[in-house]
Amino acid sequence: MATGAHSDHAQDHHDHHPTGWRRWAYSTNHKDIGTMYIIFAICAGVVGGLLSLLMRMELAEPGMQIFGGDYQSFNAVVTAHGLIMVFFMIMPAFIGGFGNWFVPLMIGAPDMAFPRLNNISFWLLIPAGLLLVGSMFVDGGAGTGWTVYAPLSTSGHPGMAVDMAIFSLHLAGASSILGAINFITTIFNMRAPGMTLHKMPLFVWSVLTTAFLLLLSLPVLAGAITMLLTDRNFGTHFFDAAGGGDPVLYQHLFWFFGHPEVYILILPAFGVISHIISTFSNKPIFGYLGMAYAMVAIGVVGFVVWAHHMFTVGMDVDTRAYFVAATMVIAVPTGIKIFSWIATMWGGSIEFKTPMLFALAFIFLFTVGGVTGVVLSNAGMDIALHDTYYVVAHFHYVMSLGALFGIFAAFYYWAPKMWGHEYNETLGKVHFWITFIGVNLTFFPMHFSGLAGMPRRVPDYPDALSHWNEIASYGSYVSGFGVLVFLYLIFDMMARGKKAAANPWGPGATTLEWTLPSPPPFHTFEELPGIKSGSGGH
Amino acid sequence: MRIAPIFAGLTALTATLGATMAAALADQPRDWQTGLQAAVTPTMERINSFHNMLLYIIVAISLFVLGLMVYAMVRFRKSANPIPSRTTHNTMVEVLWTVIPIVILVTIAVPSFRLLFFSDRAANPEMTVKAIGHQWYWSYEYPDHGDFSFDAIMVPDSDIKAGQVRLLTTDNAVVVPIDTDVRLLTTSVDVIHAWAMPAFGVKLDAHPGKVNETWFRVTKAGTYYGQCSELCGVNHGFMPIMIRAVPKAEFTRWVAEAKTAFGTPATSADRQVATAN
Repeated sequence: MATGAHSDHAQDHHDHHPTGWRRWAYSTNHKDIGTMYIIFAICAGVVGGLLSLLMRMELAEPGMQIFGGDYQSFNAVVTAHGLIMVFFMIMPAFIGGFGNWFVPLMIGAPDMAFPRLNNISFWLLIPAGLLLVGSMFVDGGAGTGWTVYAPLSTSGHPGMAVDMAIFSLHLAGASSILGAINFITTIFNMRAPGMTLHKMPLFVWSVLTTAFLLLLSLPVLAGAITMLLTDRNFGTHFFDAAGGGDPVLYQHLFWFFGHPEVYILILPAFGVISHIISTFSNKPIFGYLGMAYAMVAIGVVGFVVWAHHMFTVGMDVDTRAYFVAATMVIAVPTGIKIFSWIATMWGGSIEFKTPMLFALAFIFLFTVGGVTGVVLSNAGMDIALHDTYYVVAHFHYVMSLGALFGIFAAFYYWAPKMWGHEYNETLGKVHFWITFIGVNLTFFPMHFSGLAGMPRRVPDYPDALSHWNEIASYGSYVSGFGVLVFLYLIFDMMARGKKAAANPWGPGATTLEWTLPSPPPFHTFEELPGIKSGSGGH
Repeated sequence: MRIAPIFAGLTALTATLGATMAAALADQPRDWQTGLQAAVTPTMERINSFHNMLLYIIVAISLFVLGLMVYAMVRFRKSANPIPSRTTHNTMVEVLWTVIPIVILVTIAVPSFRLLFFSDRAANPEMTVKAIGHQWYWSYEYPDHGDFSFDAIMVPDSDIKAGQVRLLTTDNAVVVPIDTDVRLLTTSVDVIHAWAMPAFGVKLDAHPGKVNETWFRVTKAGTYYGQCSELCGVNHGFMPIMIRAVPKAEFTRWVAEAKTAFGTPATSADRQVATAN
């Protein structure tokens, strides 16, 4: 069984590896596992995107369009869209995919600290994803929203669907916790000589912060959903008021995880955007230490603001006042990051390649999502906007136009490195503009329908809201077309792409991965590279 | 897609953005509305003016960031600036972009806290209305007026008459007097719902096993609409709230009629659960 791999190892293990399905299924190689994560994320993104198209088709006009009277299915689609995009698209793409690929390369480590743990982290995601998709087709689906609030998720959903969704989250959570342990150990113990923490590339800083957030927040989610599971199946009453439990307790536990979770989604984007802005401005990152510690600050403060998702649950007014103040504090380190990116561009020599276009759009659109976040942070204002489409617009501006643009930027930036082929620059730009126009058409009008009072998660709405919804739906079709262009671009790159140089981006790209050939050999840094002072990008 | 209304809408949008948006305001969503609904309570008036202030600030910040980016993209493009600088630090601007946001946030926080504490509850409410969430309708109790109660169920699309608003009209409207501090209590008998009335600046979750409190004081007679604002299951989108705010004398007459019409509790089982809480 293992002798094949073993004898390879005994002879010359440079670039020798198991072939066929064994190479992937048994993989302990951070590059192969990273690639599998990225493929998984693309598949999940397509599924989650199709679900969002279903929602937009339903909401294109007042009255029921495609779901008929089956409101439960609509709710199940809303739920699955949210969970898939969060747990199976953005997290696997950034942390499992780009994190796995580039954290070892950027710190000059031969691989992750625990390669087998890395393997199980990935393979846990497959059953998790299948369970979640499967839950849509069982007993009407889990129509609970991604927040899975009790008691709708306990007494409100008697079938098996919610149990499947909970189990899916358990597996995905275990996968992420193992991944987080792996990243923290790798980053603390396997940096090349001379690569001090304060010389570490910002993407590695972002993954390190993210890994801590995962490690500290996911166990709380696991506990909360385990209590849901026992409430559902084993007669406990953690969240059942009639049995002495408290439904609001679930919300506190969920958002203690849920708020750090949104920073888990966006921090790796912060990291990679810094590299891209610096590379294409041909200029070192402005204020490197401030950028690194701004991320750490966002992570720390992110743990003490969770109840701003719960301003209408009837919390004491002084408690709400605290959460207003704490939430506003986060705007300060976020502002530091935005202005430091602009300062990195300032005085530079800027080239507008596709990764840079996505990065520039990221900065502005994340700013728009950020300022609506400041609006929502005011508990008094939030009365009018909580659970309306304004919130939907806000978090899609920071997620769909923030995190997703970060993923696209990272993809275009690193694809030549990962697979050794150049992508078609024109197609990349076409993809950018279609996506940029599509997502803005989709999500900007949602601010207006939200201000007018349209609640989230409704399959039908008063007729007067039809105009903004119609525009949003057309926008989603444009974005959907953008996804097709992207998939064709990948095919084109792999089939016809020119051989990529070790460093296709020129002198602006200073991190270690660009010193390796494209694609890098199966095993890298078997002899640890020495780090010259100042090579951390500052 | 019809092109004409979209252009009309874009024109309306340009005309209203940054201005007071009074034209688009209403007691229910209106075509091409770009702002909040019109205020009919002191709380909502404060929310509206606070939102106008926030809108100036966030538009200014967004345009400032956009302006800096566009300037950098044009001035420092490779063809215009082939030799990049190596600057990575400037203590003065770093201090400024930390301190100025803090100042802006404090400017926001002061009116924000004032609004929050004002909207919380009334000191001496003159009457109480209790809203009880059910899957999928609201029932109401008037404990200060003989404790009668009734259900308010959405009028289905097939029964909508001319003048009624689809999805927002209920069979029984909640009637409240104007110029009166009304205490609103919310609770639920099954899952979590949220009682929302945009024109009043009220949104409050209704939890099983718990009673939440807030208040409103309607200043203008009229009919106002809201919807359940917490996902509560299959018919979440179909349990609207319809309120008729009337002069005090008319309210007294309505109470007399309502006592006869709804004299007995709507569903005694629900009431036991609700009052036990």
